Amino acid sequence: MMFAQLLPPLLRGAEITAQITLASTLLGALFAFAAGIGKLSRHRALRWPAVGYIEVFRGTSLLVQLFWLFFALPIIGISLSPLSAGILGLSLNIGAYGAEVVRGALQATARGQREAARALNFTPRQTLWRILLPQALPEMMPPFGNLAVQNLKDSALVSLITLADLTYQAQNLRNITLQTVPILTATLLLYFAMALVLTAAMRWLERRVRYAAGHER
Amino acid sequence: MNPAVRFRQVTKRFGDLTVLEQFDFEVAQGEIVTLIGASGSGKSTVLRILMTLEELQDGEVEIEGEPLWHERKGGRTVAASEQHLRRMRKKVGMVFQQFNLFPHMSVLRNITEAPIHVLQLPRAEAETRARELLRLVGLEEKADAFPEQLSGGQQQRVAIARALAMRPRVLLFDEPTSALDPEMVGEVLNVIRQVAGEHELTMILVTHEMNFAREISDRVCFFDQGRILEQGPPEQIFTAPREERTREFLRTVLPDSGRT
Repeated sequence: MMFAQLLPPLLRGAEITAQITLASTLLGALFAFAAGIGKLSRHRALRWPAVGYIEVFRGTSLLVQLFWLFFALPIIGISLSPLSAGILGLSLNIGAYGAEVVRGALQATARGQREAARALNFTPRQTLWRILLPQALPEMMPPFGNLAVQNLKDSALVSLITLADLTYQAQNLRNITLQTVPILTATLLLYFAMALVLTAAMRWLERRVRYAAGHER
Repeated sequence: MNPAVRFRQVTKRFGDLTVLEQFDFEVAQGEIVTLIGASGSGKSTVLRILMTLEELQDGEVEIEGEPLWHERKGGRTVAASEQHLRRMRKKVGMVFQQFNLFPHMSVLRNITEAPIHVLQLPRAEAETRARELLRLVGLEEKADAFPEQLSGGQQQRVAIARALAMRPRVLLFDEPTSALDPEMVGEVLNVIRQVAGEHELTMILVTHEMNFAREISDRVCFFDQGRILEQGPPEQIFTAPREERTREFLRTVLPDSGRT
């Protein structure tokens, strides 16, 4: 089988991988902010669920989380499509790591900034949104970039819950054609290319965020 | 008239370290009081308790006769709620050693942000007032600059304008010139002088600028190990201190005072 014939199924898989990565990174960012901010809340009702979520998802295997969402959840009555389960599992996982990035960046904001905000009588919520987050956001971007690439690579695990992503297609092709070396080499290169694009996109986003945070009017 | 500020039997501990013990202190309305003494003697803690940046373990603090850290609820005195603290904080402003300007906001926005979002002033009014204050501190032309583009002295002058924009009744200065290069100290002291002259404000300053303290203060308090060991009019404290420890302190900070 020619390389040209191997490529179309791999590209179809890559497209699924790209979609899943994009969707779960965006949804994961949402979880990250919710849990990262929640963990710093004065209210236990917000803090404890945030801590629980972060610890559970950082402390268990992503593969088992995916299996649980896809195979265990239907048994207790909630059926998710492979795509939903894949995106949800990846975003919950990446969100838990992202939450620690959000928390760390917020806590690293100088204590003087919080004291100045207090002296000017801002509410805790105003302090978060107007003073702390705009300063912390640019600091979160490089670690977020790492997590996004991590997420891309982790997404290979969704092939094990029957999603036809790049890894799934590669395995499938290999079983049919037995051309292990070209297929897996092409697969590696496709992941690498997507990682490069993702890294470039995150750099661009980081510059935008820095600009917006520094020149906000 | 109630005193602007009153501490009654206040105790403040950091872990095992007692910074203030059964501390009493009063400042009259409109009075300018300077706190001097070695570092770690509790001066800054007094300001930080007034700004509600530090809680106290025991005792009472009042601002204009109203308890700061307590409130009366159904005839009982309970620890202050966040609501009560926010209401009381309106009366107090603070200028920090490290300026603490918001680096992501222009100078103008540093000054207008709290008046607009905390005091709910219309933006136009807040900006007009901010420009007046910038004129007062001599930085009218820097309205659109960002803090990092300013010298330390200029940043501190903006910070003073920012504190004044909230129209506090009591303004606290926590070593306002200690983080500055020597050539910038003068410009900040000039602004503080001017503020003292033009505004009906109660001011409490912690400073190591003894000549400035002598010139600006109605009263100077010498702190030693969490107590006010000696206080009085600046002329008395600086020329005829009664306590040996005060003399000792003044000798170390004013090495040439014996000659003048």
